[in-house]
Amino acid sequence: MADKKELSKKERVAIPRQAMPERKPEIRRSSFDEVNLGFDEETAMTEALRCIDCKKPTCIDGCPVDIKIPDFIIKIAEGDFIGAVEKIKEDNSLPAVCGRVCPQETQCEETCVLKKKYEPVSIGRLERFVADYELKHREFQLPDLPPKKGKKVAIIGSGPAGLACASDLIKWGYDVTVYEALHELGGVLVYGIPEFRLPKALLRKEIGNLGKMGVNFVTNFVVGKSMTVDELLNRENYDAIFIGTGAGLPWFMNVPGENLNGVYSANEYLTRVNLMKAYDFPNTDTPIKKGKNVIVIGGGNTAMDAVRTTKRLGGERAIIMYRRTEIEMPARDEEIQHAKEEGIEFHLLTAPVEFIGDERGWVRQAKCIKMELGEPDDSGRRRPIPIENSEFNFDVDLVVVAIGNGSNPLIAQTTPDMKTNKWGNIIADSETGRTSKEGVFAGGDIVTGGATVILAMGAGRAAAKSINDYLQTGVWELPPEKPEEKELVETK
Amino acid sequence: MNKILHAEFIASGVKVFKILAPNIARKRKPGQFVVLRVHALGERIPITIADANEEEGSITLIVQGVGKTTRHMNMLEEGDYLQDLVGPLGIPTHIEKWGRVVCVSGGVGTAEALPIAQAMKAAGNEVISIIGARTKDLVIAEEEMLKRTDQVIITTDDGTYGKKGLVTDALQDILKEKEVNFILAIGPLPMMKAIAEMTRPLKIPTVVSLNSIMIDGTGMCGGCRVTVDGKKVFVCVEGPEFDAHKVDFAELANRQKIYLDEERKSLQKFEENCRFGREIEKARAEL
Repeated sequence: MADKKELSKKERVAIPRQAMPERKPEIRRSSFDEVNLGFDEETAMTEALRCIDCKKPTCIDGCPVDIKIPDFIIKIAEGDFIGAVEKIKEDNSLPAVCGRVCPQETQCEETCVLKKKYEPVSIGRLERFVADYELKHREFQLPDLPPKKGKKVAIIGSGPAGLACASDLIKWGYDVTVYEALHELGGVLVYGIPEFRLPKALLRKEIGNLGKMGVNFVTNFVVGKSMTVDELLNRENYDAIFIGTGAGLPWFMNVPGENLNGVYSANEYLTRVNLMKAYDFPNTDTPIKKGKNVIVIGGGNTAMDAVRTTKRLGGERAIIMYRRTEIEMPARDEEIQHAKEEGIEFHLLTAPVEFIGDERGWVRQAKCIKMELGEPDDSGRRRPIPIENSEFNFDVDLVVVAIGNGSNPLIAQTTPDMKTNKWGNIIADSETGRTSKEGVFAGGDIVTGGATVILAMGAGRAAAKSINDYLQTGVWELPPEKPEEKELVETK
Repeated sequence: MNKILHAEFIASGVKVFKILAPNIARKRKPGQFVVLRVHALGERIPITIADANEEEGSITLIVQGVGKTTRHMNMLEEGDYLQDLVGPLGIPTHIEKWGRVVCVSGGVGTAEALPIAQAMKAAGNEVISIIGARTKDLVIAEEEMLKRTDQVIITTDDGTYGKKGLVTDALQDILKEKEVNFILAIGPLPMMKAIAEMTRPLKIPTVVSLNSIMIDGTGMCGGCRVTVDGKKVFVCVEGPEFDAHKVDFAELANRQKIYLDEERKSLQKFEENCRFGREIEKARAEL
């Protein structure tokens, strides 16, 4: 391996972007094993050499949790993989997760300097590589932790936002307890994202490491029901609370026949498979319906996860039905490509208007309508308009609706002095996570509506910082000045 | 893990459990339920809370062994542990002074009706309870109901105890004689539907407690959705109690049957394993 210093910038950018080894589509179609296989050491070092270590690295601007990207990549090029992962962990406790599920192509890799003329450095794949390397090659190393501050913080929800928040607060000496409604930790990472995209053993290991650092986890605890936010503050004496409960209730289209048997929300379908392991029924107790002719409605990552899951469960035809075109699909390119390779059909500019059942109440047909794109709507995407008299019927025996989620009402219902917007999302300052209720912070999908894992983690970290400010100063009303930022501005 | 403090069969296939769960015992209100798992590969099932003892930190569940999970649960004894228990979930019963209230219950629904009947009585209502069962051995909670209400009427399908006939017959008799201001019905779907149809023309406010298929019980999966008043509602967070006159019972009955085949398969496998287990025990004893 050539030393990085020996290569000129020109030579470095001439190295082609390294391909990610993948399991073959014909194998993975019937397997829940992970699709991406990850770089080997040599490929990782070669890819790392492509980073030109720019004077003003713009990649970090694209990272919601501010990972020191060039620093960790240089270490990979030097072959110091453990040093690289330690650098990442200064800002992100879940690198094996983020290296897999972050949409790097719209974040750090989008802002990579190379992107302008060449292909960007594979930052995500490198993050994944060093995270896996550490998990494989050494036991968890407990970082130096400061003395305890004697202040208690409750975190509601063990998904990406909550875990990121917990990770920072435990490193700063707070007593942290994470409350989770389900029986397993991880939120959407465990019930939503399938094994073939994120192996659960990795997730458990990364969460387990937070436990080793002292984070206390309580499962089977529904805040709002088991205990209210006020009880956590007044009865359990928490000094601050972070709400990261995620997107709650699945949306349906509200077309006729949507409650027929064989019509699922993506949340339910994925939860049965991922959390409840229904793919192994009857060795596990939770059943699931497998379809021969499946349609999944939606164009996001959840839709891709659902459709690829139905294929793995034996679907002969598994179809993505989306009312716009592929360009407007919110799913990551990689997920769309993987789906296509696995034989998923894409029926675009099409939407169901009714589901038709048999005499026993099972879905048998979807009545669909063709669409065309009109002017852009509020979301900036071109609005789909139904084409008159274009209806047609489609035989189906399984339908999964993956069109997004509304907010979960359980906490808002029982916390009357915390403000929510008209959609039920908690109103919180985007920089500090502060809500209208003193001592209570919120972030992630419960504030923004459905978004990504890493944005939720970013919100969790921002809230952690703000919780620290609040518990140090006791000042709630105004977001306290941020000395570090001020210094930065002045020195510039 | 939640410890079972007490477990005992109170009728054929029906077992009462006292389970250590201080937070739930403190917070639960009539009409609410828990979601539980019996073992590490188990499914999540909702069960309505029959009673609670805040001092002891325990809740009472009454379980009828019908499918794999409930039969497995009914094999648990005092000192055993439940894998997972979460709650209290759902919106509590709306308790109000109506005047005269009739609580109609069938099967283990009687266990679920108990705390509601008690709360209705405490709110100043005259409470009549109608308990229905197929046969005498399946009548549960009669004494507890007697303590908590003004009058208890028992019906059995085969006439082995109380009046012969259905709960709807008994309700019909009461409606002929007395003014009834509110009816609560908890039990099998056909029973609840029949009561809804009976009270609809009489315009008597009637509430049913729905037990649909759930996973998380917190609104996340949408599996429990039913149509009420033409709208999609989630039983776990908007229920479990709804205006009986607005529930689409036919749709709900269909949705209850989604996993009939799988439930049969699962139960069969379980019974084979149990038999196998017994044979091993027998062989060991003989050795």
